[in-house]
Amino acid sequence: MSDIAPAIELVGISKAFGPVQANKDISIRVMPGTIHGIIGENGAGKSTLMSILYGFYKADAGEVFISGQKTEIPDSQAAIAAGIGMVFQHFKLVKNFSVLENVVLGAEDGALLRPSLAKARKQLKSLATEYELNVDPDAIIEDIGVGMQQRVEILKALYRQADILILDEPTGVLTPAEADQLFRILGRLKEEGKTIILITHKLREIMDITDTVSVMRRGEMMATVKTSDTNPADLAERMVGRKVLLRVDKVPAQPKDVVLDVRDLNITDDKGVHRLKGVSFQVRAGEILGIAGVSGNGQSELLEVLGGYEKATGEILLNGDPIDLTGAYSDGQSRRARGIAHVPEDRQHEGLIMDFTAWENTAFGYHHDPKYQRNGLLMDNAAILKDAQEKMGRFDVRPPNPLLAAKNFSGGNQQKIVVAREIERDPDLLLVGQPTRGVDIGAIEFIHQQIVALRDQGKAILLVSVELEEIMGLSDRIAVMFDGQIMGERLPDQTNEKELGLLMAGMKDGEAA
Amino acid sequence: MDFFTFVQLGDASVRMAIPLLLACLAGLFSERAGIFDIGLEGKMLAAAFLSAAVSFASGNVWLGLLAGIGISVLLSVIHGLASITFKGNQLISGVAINFFAAGLTVVIAQGWFAQGGRTPSLPNDARFNGLDFPGALTRFRDKMQASPGMQFYSEFVSGHSILVYLGLLTVPLSWWILYRTRFGLRLRAVGEAPEAVDTAGISVVRLRFAAVAICGILCGIAGAYLSTAVQAGFTKDMTANRGFIALAALIFAKWRPWHALGACLLFSLFFAIDIQFPRLELRVVWIMVLLIGSGVAMTAYALRKDKIDVIVLGGLSLVLALVALLAWRGEMSDEIGAIAALFETVRVPSQLIQSLPYLFVVIVLAGFVGKAIPPRAGGQPYVKER
Repeated sequence: MSDIAPAIELVGISKAFGPVQANKDISIRVMPGTIHGIIGENGAGKSTLMSILYGFYKADAGEVFISGQKTEIPDSQAAIAAGIGMVFQHFKLVKNFSVLENVVLGAEDGALLRPSLAKARKQLKSLATEYELNVDPDAIIEDIGVGMQQRVEILKALYRQADILILDEPTGVLTPAEADQLFRILGRLKEEGKTIILITHKLREIMDITDTVSVMRRGEMMATVKTSDTNPADLAERMVGRKVLLRVDKVPAQPKDVVLDVRDLNITDDKGVHRLKGVSFQVRAGEILGIAGVSGNGQSELLEVLGGYEKATGEILLNGDPIDLTGAYSDGQSRRARGIAHVPEDRQHEGLIMDFTAWENTAFGYHHDPKYQRNGLLMDNAAILKDAQEKMGRFDVRPPNPLLAAKNFSGGNQQKIVVAREIERDPDLLLVGQPTRGVDIGAIEFIHQQIVALRDQGKAILLVSVELEEIMGLSDRIAVMFDGQIMGERLPDQTNEKELGLLMAGMKDGEAA
Repeated sequence: MDFFTFVQLGDASVRMAIPLLLACLAGLFSERAGIFDIGLEGKMLAAAFLSAAVSFASGNVWLGLLAGIGISVLLSVIHGLASITFKGNQLISGVAINFFAAGLTVVIAQGWFAQGGRTPSLPNDARFNGLDFPGALTRFRDKMQASPGMQFYSEFVSGHSILVYLGLLTVPLSWWILYRTRFGLRLRAVGEAPEAVDTAGISVVRLRFAAVAICGILCGIAGAYLSTAVQAGFTKDMTANRGFIALAALIFAKWRPWHALGACLLFSLFFAIDIQFPRLELRVVWIMVLLIGSGVAMTAYALRKDKIDVIVLGGLSLVLALVALLAWRGEMSDEIGAIAALFETVRVPSQLIQSLPYLFVVIVLAGFVGKAIPPRAGGQPYVKER
């Protein structure tokens, strides 16, 4: 091993953004022809490290060696020249360009386009056969699916003769089937001698396809180990710094009366697109119904209707009484008054006002509560503040300072503020959208416990998440949405990720069995 | 109306279309690169002034043109600094340029020439004069009596200043640059997804400045054309909001060069009508058919759209119908009677004809454009995300 130079070697990389030390003296060696995973919580510094490698940021200290050669990477152009290709989490594609134009952009051969395009077309054909990366070169990006778009990103890198491919959270937008396909392609690339760096926070992916794995925590490199020498629990512990429970600990549900009864819900948006197509389901008291699906298949719209800020046709009964879907009482205020609490999907835009303080945020939507009022006219700020302090203590929000602006808390603590506000209202029905998106493992554990505790108090919970693991672990029943429809319902202990994945990809109920 | 009248109308349309077209293409390059430019008007105005002033002082119109381009590019660079380098608000910077040009041109003109904020009339050899093609007739009387083919050649094809021909050439040239060159591909990309350009290792800032500079050059030519070819000298506010009409044409053309030519010719037709028929006389019946016809067309169109369109366009149609009835009623008298009044001729108020291009712009933008999607990254400064 030691006589081959590593494909990439980083030595003593440090980078600070103001007072925040994003990378602290990081060293790492990646051998050629391997898949190397980098795992860590949000904000651990994985993306910063890779951005330095790709020339997006300049490191404060440290050196980069590519194939044993010391290399300066002042900008992306230099990174590309050094054979590094990057597939970002959010694709960097021009949406109204063709696949071909996107591949050629920035790697043209001359001032005129025609010869470059012709060459790229030929090249794409050979790449397609070599790596099983079939894409129609003339398709327009916005007309093809995310899986395809990701292939275009990989093709872009290969067209620039990348030997080292960095993928940043590549499976976040993919169905399980698409993810498997991606992993097959990555395996194929590895066989051809390419070096792949996979950044992810999903333990399963690391275990499945990497050869070696590095764990990062708070800007520091904790360990680099062979994947075969470790296990998920070990990795999680290294990521968080303490033992974590990866599975949700809960007793079987005791479902009682139907709390939420949704019947034939339909939404057609401004552009005439049918967003929800006859959605019907029920949630009972004391159970968690999980809605699985790839994002953008109508789950957001469903939450918005239930939360009261999207109009729809159909019928929704809460404890047997209909809810106003289009009239004067079809707003969030009326919904909350009826006992529906909502932890929205996008906490930074819908759940919190980032520039407002934590204590102000803990009262949003509930300002009319008599205990927050004084003389029936003024808000009792002292009461809200005191209340906020108690809530933040109970929900272990860190730092427990209600005077701090919401934006100064980490993702997990922001989410705890939202969850605290909604759960403490003692709702009949709790809507939860992506409760742990961008939340670190430690906080995930806590939030999951709170949701289960609410269920055990006999409340109904509707959980929407794109994380299949979360759905499987938390739900008592699972409904799968695809293209605005419910494709089928399953019980978590009588199904598996493969079956759910097929439903998420639009397979009909019978076919997926 | 004979054939020659139509030729003259077409001729005037083309002449009036050139400044619009140049400004429109200027906006096209800028906006395709993601920089909205509401300051086209100001740049044209500044260029119109400086090229007239320099042409007058030097006696050389080419020097004037160069000076016009120079000042326009300078203003463009200021816009670029504000919106690209300092990531400021593009609308505000554009508006500032408009105010700046509107005020300063007049003040400086007054300071230099003391003729009430205008430049002195340019002598013929300090202007862009019409080029007479071989065999083309130049005397008006000769043209009147020539064959239709000859009339078309002499009036429509020949006799324009060189800037007209150059201006028309910029259309295929722009198309070629945008769709057939590496620069064009990158330019279009940077207006849609600057992050894609950035990660491909190309400088977003440099590309956008290049686009803004092209915008300045084209605006400069447009301004110089107004004061040294169409007119012989600068007058206050001589661009007459053409910069804004060009923006409307740009939206109408959905940011495509050939469509921009079409849109500008359409808008300039109304300018041409104003020039060609300052005292247009029409029979009442034609006025009524025109007004009520366009009202019905608008309402029919609006009925397929939103409620708000029906109200706005429908209201406008009612006003048109009312004007038509008033025109008819005005001609009625005891001697003639209602029917005969239909065939009386009426002089269309010149104010109405002058306002036609602007009116038309409003109507077009109010709903006839269809779905116009501007470049996705338009108007936003590019900031690398963390």
